Amino acid sequence: MDEYPLLVAERIGKHFGGLRALQGVSLSLGEKTITGLIGPNGAGKTTFFNVLTGIYKPDEGTVHFAGAPLPSGKPHRVAERGIARTFQNIRLFSQMTVLENVMVGRHLRTRAGLLGALFKTAGTLREEQAIRDRAFQLLEFVGIAAHATRVAATLSYGDQRRLEIARALATDPRLLALDEPAAGMNAMERKRLGGLLEQIRNMGTAVLLIEHDVRWVMGLCDRITVLDHGERIAEGTPREVQTDLRVIEAYLGTSRSVTA
Amino acid sequence: MATFFQQLVNGLTLGSIYALVALGYTMVYGIMELINFAHGDMVMVGALVTLSLTHVLAGLGVPLALALPLSLLGAMAVCMALGWLIERVAYRPLRRAPRLAPLITAIGLSMVIEQVAALLWGRGYLTFSLPVSRVWNLGGVVVTPIQTGVLGLSLLLMWGLLWLVRKTSLGRAMRATAQNPEVARLMGVDTDQVISMTFVLGSALAAVAGLMVVAYYGIGNYTMGFMLGLKAFTAAVLGGIGSLAGAMWGGLLLGVVEALGAGYIGDVTGGLFGSNYKDVFAFLVLIGVLIFHPQGLLGGRAGEKV
Repeated sequence: MDEYPLLVAERIGKHFGGLRALQGVSLSLGEKTITGLIGPNGAGKTTFFNVLTGIYKPDEGTVHFAGAPLPSGKPHRVAERGIARTFQNIRLFSQMTVLENVMVGRHLRTRAGLLGALFKTAGTLREEQAIRDRAFQLLEFVGIAAHATRVAATLSYGDQRRLEIARALATDPRLLALDEPAAGMNAMERKRLGGLLEQIRNMGTAVLLIEHDVRWVMGLCDRITVLDHGERIAEGTPREVQTDLRVIEAYLGTSRSVTA
Repeated sequence: MATFFQQLVNGLTLGSIYALVALGYTMVYGIMELINFAHGDMVMVGALVTLSLTHVLAGLGVPLALALPLSLLGAMAVCMALGWLIERVAYRPLRRAPRLAPLITAIGLSMVIEQVAALLWGRGYLTFSLPVSRVWNLGGVVVTPIQTGVLGLSLLLMWGLLWLVRKTSLGRAMRATAQNPEVARLMGVDTDQVISMTFVLGSALAAVAGLMVVAYYGIGNYTMGFMLGLKAFTAAVLGGIGSLAGAMWGGLLLGVVEALGAGYIGDVTGGLFGSNYKDVFAFLVLIGVLIFHPQGLLGGRAGEKV
């Protein structure tokens, strides 16, 4: 389906004191794919995201992105390389306007320095207008352009999730990592979000998402990786994963305890 | 009534200088919750560098109209470099330390800067006189060109800073860093660079304030930053620390309170206390604010924090 994998994480290990949060987890994904990362609570999904986006340095293993190793421990360099994310618990710049939140995402694609800003050079003003136009475009894309001038904290829950996606897209990512994007959404909203993510994939940005709603994920993702207790227990297409015994065990307990 | 308006003019002049310095405190606090007590000394460095450069340039025969702006630019460059260096060397390694550590560091830095200045410029008072003898007399209220210059330049700089913070990419990055540094980084903002720029901007404003102080009072000294720094800090707290507009209003208000206090204290106390007690008012204000309204006038209001 794709010529070369966009992301190759190999044998990632991360522990906090005695707790092994991740152990030998490998994951690779290609461009134009939606990949699901699922698993029971505490399986290490968010830890994996934090390693991927440079918040944590992995204790073992390497992450290659678009053919080169990712800088660890430097989130802004990771964003520059093309990985953007959203958060399980929404983390917007809550006191800024909706439009400004997205404009912050454009910061790293901005040239203008302090001097350009101080002397209001033509180039700076043009760039500012371009940032604004692009941000507005992204708000339209996720469907909340009508709220552009509102303070982010006043948006409804679902719209805040959409704003996080628009802000992440503003960094021009090649990989969009979404931590439980559908949390708290009803079936209708989930369906719309799924459509949005498919559109993002089709435009050329790979999507990696953590999700609890297994049925929704199965319908949406091209491939799925399942974590349990910090280890990868399955990987494959939704159909393969669905019938994997270890996955069924992880979600339902051992088959013995189910039948007992 | 003439006394009132005279003191109002004097207070606004003084207050606009406090406001410029207070902006430096409030920007750094807003972005990293650090009280940079060395900031007052940055004003002193700006003042003494301007003063020395002006003397040197005047000695070379450069006309004052050119020498003064050149000296100011030189002083701004020195202060910006020093501000950048201080953040890089002294504060950045303490980013994750308990909050007392950078605070003590700030006080130590303040002493180091003062003592180095004493070595460079000596411990005496340096004079600085601008040949402006003309004054305007508006119905008994005397206004000098220096006063109008100070007020005008301050307002211009404050407007410029507000514009920078509200309308530019750097300003948005500053506000994003202030609200949530970790998320800002994940969205591609180099927060270390933003913090550096915040120090650089605050230091540039401090340099301008330094020129204003020596131009207004006509003298400079290596200790001049201490009291000024405390008062500007008071102004920032009065306005609500972390709030840009608060620092501006706090500065102006504090200047007016101090000038009116100094103008009337003699009359009110029957000559028991003179205008040399003017410094008391700033600290009465500080104590009052901390007891009755610790968040300050505009503190905690959305959108203003940097």
